[in-house]
Amino acid sequence: MKSSSVQKALSSGARIGAIELANCPGVSINTPALLISTRKGLPYFTPPDLLPSLPSPDSHLLQVSPLHFLEGISPATIGKIGGIHKLIGLGDYGVVAVPRDNVHSLPECKGASKLGASFETPCGRLLIKPKDYVEMISCMRPNIWATLADEVPAWVTDKRNRTSVDRTLRWLDDCLALNPAVGSVFGAIVGGTNLDERKRCAEEVAKRNVAGYWIGGFGLGEAIDERPALLRAIVDVLQDEKPRMICGLGLPEEILQGIAAGVDLFDSSYIYTLTLGGFALTFSLDKNGNQDNFKLSQRGSDSTKINLRATEYRLDMSPIVDGCSCHTCQNYTKAYINHLYNVHEMLAQTLLEIHNAHHYLRFFRVIREAIQDGRFEEYRLTFTNSRREHYGRVAVC
Amino acid sequence: MALRFEILGKFKRARASRLTLPHFVCQTPLFMPVGTQGTIKGLTTSQLEDIGCQIILGNTYHLALRPTSELLDQLGGLHKFMNWPRAMLTDSGGFQMVSLLHLADITEKGVTFQSPVDGKPMLLTPEDSIQIQNRIGADIIMALDDVIKTTVTGPRVEEAMYRTLRWIDRCIAAHKRPHDQNLFGIVQGGLDPMLRDVCVKGLVERNLPGYAIGGLSGGEDKNSFWRVVAQCTAALPEDKPRYVMGVGYPLDIVVCSALGADMYDCVYPTRTARFGTALVPEGVLKLKNRDMADDTRPIDPTCLCMVCKNYTRAYIHCLVTKDAMGSQLLSYHNLYYMMQLSRNLHSSIVEERFPKFVCDFLHQMFPKGDVPEWVCNAMEVAGIDISSCCAPLSSCQEYDSKNVSEEFIHCGRTDSNIGGHDRCSGEM
Ligand SMILES: [Zn+2]
Ligand SMILES: [Zn+2]
Repeated sequence: MKSSSVQKALSSGARIGAIELANCPGVSINTPALLISTRKGLPYFTPPDLLPSLPSPDSHLLQVSPLHFLEGISPATIGKIGGIHKLIGLGDYGVVAVPRDNVHSLPECKGASKLGASFETPCGRLLIKPKDYVEMISCMRPNIWATLADEVPAWVTDKRNRTSVDRTLRWLDDCLALNPAVGSVFGAIVGGTNLDERKRCAEEVAKRNVAGYWIGGFGLGEAIDERPALLRAIVDVLQDEKPRMICGLGLPEEILQGIAAGVDLFDSSYIYTLTLGGFALTFSLDKNGNQDNFKLSQRGSDSTKINLRATEYRLDMSPIVDGCSCHTCQNYTKAYINHLYNVHEMLAQTLLEIHNAHHYLRFFRVIREAIQDGRFEEYRLTFTNSRREHYGRVAVC
Repeated sequence: MALRFEILGKFKRARASRLTLPHFVCQTPLFMPVGTQGTIKGLTTSQLEDIGCQIILGNTYHLALRPTSELLDQLGGLHKFMNWPRAMLTDSGGFQMVSLLHLADITEKGVTFQSPVDGKPMLLTPEDSIQIQNRIGADIIMALDDVIKTTVTGPRVEEAMYRTLRWIDRCIAAHKRPHDQNLFGIVQGGLDPMLRDVCVKGLVERNLPGYAIGGLSGGEDKNSFWRVVAQCTAALPEDKPRYVMGVGYPLDIVVCSALGADMYDCVYPTRTARFGTALVPEGVLKLKNRDMADDTRPIDPTCLCMVCKNYTRAYIHCLVTKDAMGSQLLSYHNLYYMMQLSRNLHSSIVEERFPKFVCDFLHQMFPKGDVPEWVCNAMEVAGIDISSCCAPLSSCQEYDSKNVSEEFIHCGRTDSNIGGHDRCSGEM
């Protein structure tokens, strides 16, 4: 079954492509793309009937952690219902299954053993063996699934890092041997902050029969400046025509860094964190990346976002972003969302998640256009520099 | 008067009407969900429209604290603030103070209470309540009444009733927007038919746009409950809407509608959703129950709502109480159920098949024919023959919980394990 394909890269590093979903022929999702983070298959706060209000088909890739279902519903029942798409009532969406969700399911290297990967979750620490994981995948039938990884933070010893690569490769082979015959397999790549281990892992994964790559081990304590070299070491040995997904890069600059290195798919746990804190994305979606026109009048804000809990929005009857076409900005004001946060009403997060997801999906659209037009590097520099200048101004004031 | 009330169909005492309010043309009987703080439990206003909500309720006490009525006034009223295009009703705020605050005290001046902000004593007079509600701007506003617990007896009941009548004149005098907002008076008088009678007469003399029956759903027994409703609906004018405050169990709504009431409000459908309970024709379905974990049916196979069309009980079981989405989806279904019940009541009366609707409803909820006695008594007064859905031998018997499966627990019984529901007690 064909569930994904990637076009050839257009410029050095950054590239555009497309993912095609077997369950909805004719629809292709252009990359670089943002996956919508979910809890038990549905976005954290956006109800399924409002999901279609997000940019389409950009928003049609969902990232689902099979581990979320370990409480409350058995893999067999998910299978009986007809798989993950039927379970969540979103038949024409693409589901990408990844154990680590960056919010509620985090890698815990101390708990991992040769038997399986370990995660810290709301139902405690879980040890997930390849066999159990593949069984979950077989029942869920996602479009794409990443293999198990033994992710370690940046500060572990070289020995532990080597072990993590060995285990991750062995589990990849275990997963492939168990062959659930569903979806496209993305082989997990780890290696921490060690260039040689990253390269070794990527080379080994590239030899396997995988449809794409899942790059783990980022966002776990490494310095932001270390990443370009690490990503280059990985991407250099991967096949160009296969998609690359990464976990742990969230901020706009991090996304741009990943895309510059040739990464195609990103998770959106950043949106979750923002929404929970009452932050709304407001940075400019200018096609050249220019951030200079951002008005810095608001307290509790930087040049990318504002905090809607701030009292200055109490009487603000304007939308979060003037001209934003999202469901929230078309219907609700900052004053109302500020009130909802004040009185701890759930709708606050619902409205904010819709705007933030919409805004970030649009950001990806702007990036794709820049790559298409061959001016991505220019875009990235303008975006990053005008943001940095901005911080400079803030520091002076 | 800022409403038009046209009766479109009748069966004995039950009526179906078109209620034209400044913001929406409603069809009665109707259920009004409670949006305490200017929102209904995670649902967007577009979802509330999809569900079919016609009027939503705002709680004056909560809104006066946050975001404050001054702010709402300045920003163009609550409709605009929360982007709700349809009708809205606000309560007087008095009940919330009496029920939520320990140190509330009622005198002739008004309700004295301790400010939850700084602890200082504050006074809410009938004039204050109306002024705040004028600022909020709902289609229907409620008079400040002297609220007492239903279980209170003796001279205090009489005092509260007469004070409610004295206060209605102060409310009418204070009402600054009679052409945009409809002031409803509230019938008090506890369980005493004489006092209720005096109160109804007194209010009807004032020729208000509509009337509410207050002081119920506070733990009184069901026989007292329906008798008060029956007495008041019989005495209130035919051409004005009648609102039974705090009524929310589907069975109670069917009974009250049969007795000639038109409007209801309750936090029950959304509150019970947060505890993992779904409203279904058989009663309620407890989705936290372990049996649900591998039940692949929808919550209610006959329901046409977004949730029932897309999700299994097993999935909702996996979401409920732990994840925000679980209670959002269950609230969606429960409100849809209440709106569908309202629509069914309306159309069955208009299409002259109301008795059949009542029998079908009771048959689904009490398949063994164990319809509670109070329901049988009320239906007799309502002139509806329900003998076909009562058990053959003893036509009416007290319902016995041992006879039904664990899965369903009927609602509407005062001693059921669902828990009490307070009149507009606010959804927190
Ligand atoms: Zn927006
Ligand atoms: Zn439903």
